[in-house]
Amino acid sequence: MHISEGILSLPILAGGGVTAVIGTAIGLKRIDNDHIMETALLSSAFFVASLIHIPLGPGSVHLVLNGLVGILLGWASVPAIATALFLQALLFGFGGLTVLGVNIVIMAAPAVAVSFLFGSMVRKPGKSQLLGAFLAGLGAILLSTLLLALALVGTDSSFLTTAKLLLVAQLPLMLLEGLITLFVVSFLAKVQPDLLQLTITSKS
Amino acid sequence: MISEIFATGDSLLHRADPAIKIISALLLALSIAVGSSLEIAMAGFVIGILLAIMARLSPVPLGRRLLTVNLFTLLLWITLPLTGGGENVTILGPMELSSKGIALALLITLKTNGIYLILTALPATSSVHAIGHGLERLRLPHKLILLLLTTYRYLSLIEQEYKRLRRSAALRCFKASTSLHAYRTYGYLIGMTLIRSYARSRRVHRAMLMRGFQGNFPLLALQTIRPGDLWLLAACVVVALTLAFGPVFW
Repeated sequence: MHISEGILSLPILAGGGVTAVIGTAIGLKRIDNDHIMETALLSSAFFVASLIHIPLGPGSVHLVLNGLVGILLGWASVPAIATALFLQALLFGFGGLTVLGVNIVIMAAPAVAVSFLFGSMVRKPGKSQLLGAFLAGLGAILLSTLLLALALVGTDSSFLTTAKLLLVAQLPLMLLEGLITLFVVSFLAKVQPDLLQLTITSKS
Repeated sequence: MISEIFATGDSLLHRADPAIKIISALLLALSIAVGSSLEIAMAGFVIGILLAIMARLSPVPLGRRLLTVNLFTLLLWITLPLTGGGENVTILGPMELSSKGIALALLITLKTNGIYLILTALPATSSVHAIGHGLERLRLPHKLILLLLTTYRYLSLIEQEYKRLRRSAALRCFKASTSLHAYRTYGYLIGMTLIRSYARSRRVHRAMLMRGFQGNFPLLALQTIRPGDLWLLAACVVVALTLAFGPVFW
């Protein structure tokens, strides 16, 4: 889900950068000192989870799990994702420095969006809990892919076919992320339900 | 295994100040990223190679990295020549290849690789720890630095935690496959990893409170900026400005 360096145009890079800075600032402001460690360790856990390759038909895909990040961390998912993406750029060369802002928006905006859309559904025990989790996982990848496609087409309209191809190629990943998010939430609901009620960010 | 493979070494660039390297890399990368001519992309690629040589990056891991970086450009080489449009269309057998599409794919490939080499030769030759300090000196919010350093600090530990869970699943005859059962197992493994990370974070937090943590984490200055660092910065600024504004004067 990363865009590499050297692909996007200046307006897109600048727009992504500014949006990412604002989002990260909001997220940071809402994490109080008692929750820095929780955010950091959950951020490392998601970094590790994103390295897992899950078999899918003849090949395998790696997880993104930004829907789950959004559900657990809310607004705090923006700085958490920003941190993880910066580390990935540095350690693995995924993404990069000038596209960091755009990549943060692509991954974190859907996380925050699904936390607002499906957060209350996932937090309430019952039948709708698992449906909410599935929709959050699927919806986050769908939104991320749309944002990615938008960034590509906004740069150059000849990317239209590439963007459409990406959208189709991500369909299996969307279903997979929905399922995995569902299973993670069902596990957490059974084993440690208070993790789903985590309030890292103050509501101020 | 998560490791900083390029961070150790004693080349000129390894010894340079991380804050300076971040700014230099950002300026160079930006000036190349926004350029739209083939000359600038070419220059960026050459600069990347020169910096990689200066940093004496070990070629095998670097080559492997470049392969992953080029997965996306490969997708572009497959799609753009067929769909790029433009007037000059070369006919190759049964296929029509757009020269505009080929030019765009080439431009992006050069830029992507050039910038990747610059980022690897400059910031990635410092440890994450040193970069955290560098970012602190660049006046980034302290909370963000704390988040970065702590996330990195626990990355390997949590990876080991996950691997332990994965191994015990393997011992119980779990085989990865495309099935609901496998996906449920992965979901439970990830859930357990999250629970353990959360429990650990509570312990870490309490341990830090006992040591007087109030949201500030004193960072010891590892390095001071030396004259050589300023020369590096100056050189990068000049090159970046030339790439960004040179074409206006030519």
